[in-house]
Amino acid sequence: MPATALRRNRRPGKHQNLSAAPDPKTPTTPTTKYKVTGIRVLRSEWSKFWTLRSTLITLGVAVFLLVLFGAIASYTYSPDAVATSGPPGPGSSSGDSNAVSLAVTGVSFAQLAIGVLGVLLAAGEYSTGMIRSTLAAVPRRLPVLWSKAAVIGPIALVLTTLGALAAFQLGTPGLDGEKIALSLGDDGVLRSLAGAGLYLGLVAVFGVALGVLLRNSAGAIAALVGVLLILPGLASLLPDSWYDTLSPYFPSNAGSAVYALHQSSDALSPGAGLAVFAGWVALTLAGAAYRLVKTDV
Amino acid sequence: MIEARELTKRYGDKTVVDNLSFTVKAGEVTGFLGPNGAGKSTTMRMVVGLDSPTKGSVTVGGRSYAKHAAPLHEIGTLLEAKSVHPGRSAFNHLMALAYTHGISRRRVDEVIELAGLTSVAGKRVGAFSLGMGQRLGIASALLADPAIVMLDEPVNGLDPEGVLWVRNLLRGLADEGRAVMLSSHLMSETALIADHLVIIGRGRLLADTTVDDFTREASGGGVRVATTEARKLRSLLAGPDITISSSSAEELLVTGRDAREIGAIAAQHGVALYELTPQAVSLEAAFMDLTRDVVEYQSAPADTERKAA
Repeated sequence: MPATALRRNRRPGKHQNLSAAPDPKTPTTPTTKYKVTGIRVLRSEWSKFWTLRSTLITLGVAVFLLVLFGAIASYTYSPDAVATSGPPGPGSSSGDSNAVSLAVTGVSFAQLAIGVLGVLLAAGEYSTGMIRSTLAAVPRRLPVLWSKAAVIGPIALVLTTLGALAAFQLGTPGLDGEKIALSLGDDGVLRSLAGAGLYLGLVAVFGVALGVLLRNSAGAIAALVGVLLILPGLASLLPDSWYDTLSPYFPSNAGSAVYALHQSSDALSPGAGLAVFAGWVALTLAGAAYRLVKTDV
Repeated sequence: MIEARELTKRYGDKTVVDNLSFTVKAGEVTGFLGPNGAGKSTTMRMVVGLDSPTKGSVTVGGRSYAKHAAPLHEIGTLLEAKSVHPGRSAFNHLMALAYTHGISRRRVDEVIELAGLTSVAGKRVGAFSLGMGQRLGIASALLADPAIVMLDEPVNGLDPEGVLWVRNLLRGLADEGRAVMLSSHLMSETALIADHLVIIGRGRLLADTTVDDFTREASGGGVRVATTEARKLRSLLAGPDITISSSSAEELLVTGRDAREIGAIAAQHGVALYELTPQAVSLEAAFMDLTRDVVEYQSAPADTERKAA
């Protein structure tokens, strides 16, 4: 039809003015070089992650809390004070302290910061309107969700694993001479510390999923806190027999099994805990994907 | 080219866009007009797939938007207000969009310069004025060198220099063979830029016409003439199909003859004229006439004009 023909014929002319062509000599090969690909969306989300001050601060806070509380817990440890030391939360309830459980004391704080980071990365786009730009560029939408998860998950995993290692190493001198002292080479220590990183990496993805699902920072953060901190407490209202059966499968309990040095009697094994927690995250991601594709923005 | 076919959007029982069909052609500037709440923004969101139509369809360059391999290369969009994270710098914002399509950093610098944002490109967008935000929006619309440019109220918040810049820019884009669509609730402003007009009210198509036609129909307003010899001039101008009214002793309102004719006749007979004004202002009035029944948020009569302006 004539209108299309007109555009095709005349479009090369535009390259003199507004051309993106890096090579002005070949202005007639225009349309093919721009294309949205999965890798490019990932690259875009990677750049978005690092170009916001709020993300960097939240990430820094998460790692800082992890290292700080881990180190402090090790230094203030005294065998007489029994297991009541440390804040309430997953990880501290599983019996006696050991060098690893002290080092990962900060996980219960860091998980909030890292979860909030995930929420901000996703819901922040909705509250600012950025999502319209994002989805106009990637109208298939789902690559955006996968890319956000694929960016924040590994970043959180790597940095918090390093954080957990640092907490352990910093805490080691503090436990010098104590019965519970361990070194990195001891059985299960590295696995537990990496488990903490793995758990926090998944928490970050969980935050992204909640953010995309709820599209609202406050709501998503509330949901995050609810699921990770409040749900286990609420569930204790259940009849005992139910509670005993169900509680290992709660997200936070399954998660803390991932980084426990010794499997406690009422918890899952690290592998099973990881599978269960990853399952929760996957479920939330699926919900987020459904809403992302189905509803207007 | 944008083609909307029986496009309909309902939210609950409220129909925001109602069976709307129109075409935006390459090489033309199409003005998309309607009072506040007419459904302009919703329509534009449906064009780029942010909202999905309840019924009907809209295609961009022959396909639905999401089916394009490089959607930003097909159509560049400025949507209402800021669709930008305020914590990111203008440069980083554009870079983030550029990465998705494999657009070079050079091109990003190019549109920043084109939009006159070079000096503030490193600043956080949150610190931008409304006008600078609009410029950034226009820069992102042009980023991927699109065949179609669609802008929602682009001159909103721009200073006179910015308005002129947008006007020339859009004209230039259309002259290069691109399709340009811009929405506005200001007829007079749009008539200066657009070739084609799509006017909607309450989501329904009210007029699909050219600016020339619309102006011709609207300019039934006649020519205002001021002279001390009103009586003499009135008899000189009189003729079939010509109506002359007067609001004061020295003023005539002539319909049926254009300003040129009137001036020539007056000169021939030595009548001095103090004013000779074609009543083109009635564009806005004609637009308001057209949309009066469908204005979503009707204001008290005394307010009407201010609201339109």
